[in-house]
Amino acid sequence: MILVFAEATSGHFKKAAFEAVTYGIQTANLLGSQCVALTLGKVENAGQLGVYGASKVYNVANEHLANFDSQVYAAVIAQAAEKLGATVVVLSHTSTGKSLLGRLAARLKAGSVAGVKSLPDVSGGGFKVNKGVYSGKAIATYEISSPIKLVSLAGNEIPLQSTGNEVAVESLDVTAPSSRVKVLDVKREEGIVPLPEAVTVVSAGRGMKGPENWGIVEDLAKALGATTACSRPVADADWRPHHEHVGQTGVAIRPNLYIAIGISGAIQHLAGVNQSKVIVVINKDPEAPFFKAADYGVVGDLFEVVPKLTEAVKKFKAS
Amino acid sequence: MKILVCISKTPDTTSKISFTADGAKFNDAGISFIMNPYDEWYALVRACELVEKNGGTVTLINVGGADNDQTIRKGLAIGATDAVRIDAEPKSALFIAKQIAEYAKSQNYDIVFCGKESIDYNGSEVGAMVAEYLDQPFVSYASKLDINGNTATLERDIEGGVEILEVQTPFVVSAAKGMAEQRIPNMMGIMKAKSKPFQVVAPVEFPDLAVPVKFTLPKEKTGVKLVSPDDMDELVRLLHEEAKVI
Ligand SMILES: Cc1cc2nc3c(=O)[nH]c(=O)nc-3n(C[C@H](O)[C@H](O)[C@H](O)COP(=O)(O)OP(=O)(O)OC[C@H]3O[C@@H](n4cnc5c(N)ncnc54)[C@H](O)[C@@H]3O)c2cc1C
Ligand SMILES: Nc1ncnc2c1ncn2[C@@H]1O[C@H](COP(=O)(O)O)[C@@H](O)[C@H]1O
Repeated sequence: MILVFAEATSGHFKKAAFEAVTYGIQTANLLGSQCVALTLGKVENAGQLGVYGASKVYNVANEHLANFDSQVYAAVIAQAAEKLGATVVVLSHTSTGKSLLGRLAARLKAGSVAGVKSLPDVSGGGFKVNKGVYSGKAIATYEISSPIKLVSLAGNEIPLQSTGNEVAVESLDVTAPSSRVKVLDVKREEGIVPLPEAVTVVSAGRGMKGPENWGIVEDLAKALGATTACSRPVADADWRPHHEHVGQTGVAIRPNLYIAIGISGAIQHLAGVNQSKVIVVINKDPEAPFFKAADYGVVGDLFEVVPKLTEAVKKFKAS
Repeated sequence: MKILVCISKTPDTTSKISFTADGAKFNDAGISFIMNPYDEWYALVRACELVEKNGGTVTLINVGGADNDQTIRKGLAIGATDAVRIDAEPKSALFIAKQIAEYAKSQNYDIVFCGKESIDYNGSEVGAMVAEYLDQPFVSYASKLDINGNTATLERDIEGGVEILEVQTPFVVSAAKGMAEQRIPNMMGIMKAKSKPFQVVAPVEFPDLAVPVKFTLPKEKTGVKLVSPDDMDELVRLLHEEAKVI
């Protein structure tokens, strides 16, 4: 049986949870098995996981699960996996999933692969999955040899597929230890899609000359419904907030569309964005290394090109 | 206070990555290696700062062969008190974590630091595993850590924001950007590092349950399609009709 931990934020699922269930059912089909989902704490509308292929949804309700604590969550998921006889456990490769995967591996003595980007190859009774390594510069195929297999699914890799209907939610009786971590506060920027989840990203670098010029970048992002990002020197100079810094030492992202404006394309920058599906580069220097990694390029002055692009996008959206 | 910092050795961030012809192994010819940036700039430096302020020791731990010694010495030059190398080839995250936990379990560390991820394996796994083996809380992706007596206050990066939390020692933490500022070791640090205690320990038996069997390079981009700066309607058309991303 394939067990998917469908994570919810403040009681609501994000796309990652549906992707994980889609991955779960497709893996189950390969193995001739079934896919069930597990939700923890209070979750709205848990039965909708059936739409993506979960044949059953289990919920564990317990006061100790109100805030995320990897120790408590891992204890509960491990018990559920054992109780339900799971042979594969699927998580999302999010901040939550990343804190859980290793703990579960240790608890279940299971081989684990973090951030998988492909369905397993189960030929010959094996279990092989691909993941990005060397900061996206290469792909490694991992073989998991333990009886229980653990994977966390990279975001934006598996197209969602609705295959079924809402299912009933059953409660599952497992114990939860009390948490030793006290959450004092959660600060979230409201109204913007966080970078790791963004489908479209508009990013700018030192070519912008100064923070006062960012209006044209924000206008383009707004027209596209995109999240803004920046290169490291821009964040280091406090032109932009640190959470916008993408690259090897910043956030690694994998949107469908990444537009890079006035960024040279240094190898450490590329390491965080090279898994984007489509890359557009706007740079006045035709020799900028970024063009080698781009799908579409515009050689020109960003102060002229970007407002024109914004107008073109607006015109397109209105048509 | 007693701190353990887990450090790994990774290819330099500018390295061009390649593999042996059969795709089975990383090709390290011409590669220079560094300490994983998260381990060095954030975890180790913050650990040193805490000990400089509150007293105590910072021990470095690495699972790897003798080819890691130079990286470990750099950590001593930055300010760690002593170092341990578990003499084994680090092939899988659970194996590495088991070795670290076996060493740590009898030492009563107040905090075990690791980096948010290694820039070669990109797993973010080892810290969580060590925490589980030690049965301790784990705070991942911490961009801030302050300690007062036995109580630590941390900020943890989550999607689109930060979580502020409190935890009692002992615990395990993984360090992200923001926790400290990079330190360049000075001459005195480098000299002192030569005489600091450095232990090499044999590994415990443990299987590798998930290992890479093949490496490939991503498909090269087929070449950039240039669009005239005067025709942004064309770019939008391409993104819509050809790339299908807007
Ligand atoms: C260990 C290490 C880790 C690093 N990690 C990261 C990381 O995570 N992320 C990251 O981004 N960097 C990282 N860096 C830094 C990286 O090496 C580069 O220095 C950085 O990415 C350069 O930023 P940039 O492209 O904005 O600036 P620059 O390299 O200065 O490029 C500016 C570009 O703007 C163009 N330009 C200028 N004016 C205009 C105009 N009017 N119109 C159009 N184009 C214009 C120029 O042609 C140029 O290509 C790291 C470096 C090291 C050593
Ligand atoms: N071979 C190793 N020896 C000691 N610590 C390691 C080793 N590999 C990884 N780590 C630690 O675990 C963290 C996360 O690594 P990873 O799970 O590979 O992303 C790193 O930042 C290090 O702190």
